[in-house]
Amino acid sequence: MLDFPILFASFLNGLAQGAVYALVALGLTLIYGVLHIINFAHGALLMAALYGVFFLNARLGVDPYAALPVMAPAMFVLGYCLQRFVVGRAGHGRDENVLLVTLGLAIVLENAALAAFKSDTRTIETAYTFSTVNVAGAMIAVPKAVAFFGALAVAALLLLLVTRTDLGRAIRAVAKERQGARVVGIDVEHVFAMTFGIGLACLGAAACFLLPAYYVNPQVGNGFVLLAFTIVVLGGMGSFAGALAGGLIVGVIESLGGLWLGESLGQIGIFLAFIAILLFRPRGLFGRA
Amino acid sequence: MRELAAITALTIVVALLPAFVTSGFALNLAIMVLYTTLLGQAWNVLAGFGGQFSFGHALFFGTGAYASAALQVHLGVNAWLALPVAIACGAAAGAFVGALSFRYGLRGSYFALVTLAFAEVFRILANSVAFTGGGVGLLLPLKESAANLQFAGKAGFLYLILAFVLAGFLVSWWLKHSRFGAWLAAVRDSEESAAALGVDVFRVKLGAIALSAALMSAGGFFYVQYFHYIDPHIAYGPAVSVEALLGPIAGGLGTVFGPLLGAAMLQLLGELTRNLAGDAPGVSLVVYGVVLIGMVTFLPRGIAGLIARRGA
Amino acid sequence: MLEVRGLSIRFGGVQALDGVSLAVAAGGITALIGPNGAGKSTLFSVVSGFLAPDAGTVHFLGEDVTGVAPHRLCRMGIARTFQIVQPFAAQTVRENIAVGAHLARPSRREALAHAERVAERVGLAQLDKLAANLTVAARKRLELARALATGPKLLLLDEVLAGLNPNEVAAVLPVVRAIRDSGVTVFMIEHVMQAVMNLADTVFVLNEGRLIAGGPPAQIASDARVIEAYLGHGAAERLRRAAEAAHA
Repeated sequence: MLDFPILFASFLNGLAQGAVYALVALGLTLIYGVLHIINFAHGALLMAALYGVFFLNARLGVDPYAALPVMAPAMFVLGYCLQRFVVGRAGHGRDENVLLVTLGLAIVLENAALAAFKSDTRTIETAYTFSTVNVAGAMIAVPKAVAFFGALAVAALLLLLVTRTDLGRAIRAVAKERQGARVVGIDVEHVFAMTFGIGLACLGAAACFLLPAYYVNPQVGNGFVLLAFTIVVLGGMGSFAGALAGGLIVGVIESLGGLWLGESLGQIGIFLAFIAILLFRPRGLFGRA
Repeated sequence: MRELAAITALTIVVALLPAFVTSGFALNLAIMVLYTTLLGQAWNVLAGFGGQFSFGHALFFGTGAYASAALQVHLGVNAWLALPVAIACGAAAGAFVGALSFRYGLRGSYFALVTLAFAEVFRILANSVAFTGGGVGLLLPLKESAANLQFAGKAGFLYLILAFVLAGFLVSWWLKHSRFGAWLAAVRDSEESAAALGVDVFRVKLGAIALSAALMSAGGFFYVQYFHYIDPHIAYGPAVSVEALLGPIAGGLGTVFGPLLGAAMLQLLGELTRNLAGDAPGVSLVVYGVVLIGMVTFLPRGIAGLIARRGA
Repeated sequence: MLEVRGLSIRFGGVQALDGVSLAVAAGGITALIGPNGAGKSTLFSVVSGFLAPDAGTVHFLGEDVTGVAPHRLCRMGIARTFQIVQPFAAQTVRENIAVGAHLARPSRREALAHAERVAERVGLAQLDKLAANLTVAARKRLELARALATGPKLLLLDEVLAGLNPNEVAAVLPVVRAIRDSGVTVFMIEHVMQAVMNLADTVFVLNEGRLIAGGPPAQIASDARVIEAYLGHGAAERLRRAAEAAHA
């Protein structure tokens, strides 16, 4: 097992998986950074997006990557409406309330999926599901390789959006100083909803990259919630670079850890790391104190 | 004092129930309402009275359940003896999580997250360790007799759960009328002010989480006696954590009767949903989720708050 | 009663307190004044255990209490109010004060009874009103009552008059005096000069983290350094010349 090629392949796989995790975490950290909400429904929303991609493929024969221009905007709209009409209204501005609302949302989504689709695990098969590509001697599944580059591309787009556009400027303003932004005329409620929408759009994209090499069932979100939080907390709440770095690191740790300890025990390492970070260095790698 | 009278009256009514109601279905309903009430009472101690919202209360439930089950199954320990051990283990788990979290100042969402993480860690551990039976879980052998806290009819279980719920009521009442309870409420409403008034915030929070965990582990103990089975997903999975918080939020956080009101309402809703939508898995939980969102949005003080407002 | 020696504390790039030394005599009313940002509340936070200084000591009744936790200091006899009041919003006035009363009284009934007595001393009525529904003036009184209920030897009042109109201020002054008369030493941060001059036996002045003056109120009022701290560099000289010109 200390065989270098296996380690290397595991490392690359971890990197690829990590890039998708990073994309999921980016949405979460963006939502936290701007709205100061910990979105407990993030995993369930990813699950919803995965089902979306699944059915587009199963019923309409749409290739998951081709589904991106449909899924991302659809998730964006969903996110906008959820924030504007549900989360924003219910929060009353109190931390615990928003916590409970996003939890409620997660419960509704997960069980609606359970009721509608039953608990069967579904996968899709495409022409390239089983193809591999040779990367410096290691055989990497094509879907994973595409996921890696795709996720990074989306992250780059997100960065451009936040740094170069007017909307991005507004988002950063609201994130830094909510009241001040209101005073200079920014429609804060609108920015909140846009941010939530963008966060979910990231999930839509992540789902497109994830499904070809993964699967979907109503409970799949649960696994991602803690993972996404771990990444966000590791990288620093509200930090882009942190979410990216954190995602890649966690992906690699999960992959290598799984190699040594088996899949489930490997996950323990991540959660223990999560607890340790929360206790001893809550601002993570790149976060502000 | 009116609260004590109400508690007494309720206890008597429930105790007399088996004399008038023989339907197994009805008794089971009563048991499940009381069981959910117990879980809610436990969560309410830490969240409603203490202001610390835990999303991983299953940790204490599962610890109590496994402690009890393992003792009975592997070591043949009598259930009556396993009970205090289970509660002690649960309280210890509470003290452990509390000592770590509160020592490092975790609050709000961060605290909720850490409790979630702990529950997950234990779930994975329970899945991989021998004495919990791994993924297969533990099956409590059927040995119906009061000496084993297993009962042939439902009445015995009704009394068992009633005893726990009564303890929960008394704890809640005590929190409303004692110095510790006053300190806890102070910590909930403003930690800084409480400290400035001489309250040892850390110790108070620690006491609260240990108490909350003790009650929760009693719930775990009961589950094993009633259903004869426990596995990692039931013990430490998110379902129990959610079940514990739905009642108090619907019924009224930080009140004595909130958990009961909430449990009753949710059970009623569950029955209604089952009648209307059949036995499709997940439908009643969708309803519960909607209720959760609705309550937080429109009735943040729950049913008890509604009653209080009407009375005021 | 209270003695601080060489207290210094730094936050990032700001030296909030720079070698502050002062002594608060027992049984009187001592005031701490100074322009905004001078470090007054920071001093209170250090004295009441909420902040640990980088250097210096705090002695209370002869004992070194530097860095002792707030709740332990409260049990030793130091109580404080906060500039930005934080009442226990979900609880009634009586319940709020009872939290302080519980320090020395385990019995709920006794604590509630004591709370009523303290409320009367301080002039608070409406004991069953929720703290969230109180006016600003009432909240300030509640803050005062809570701290008083702990039975302190030293009471730190952080701008207890801020936000009150002149009538409300005039109503609180006798309350503070009565507290002093009952044997409690009062150390107060205040901006309302009328109150300071009226109440205080001794006044200390902080500016930019340093103690620049200390003494009886009348002396402080004419101290050039104090005038400059408030009105700017050269103000003392200008005022003096203007006064001479007016007399000429």
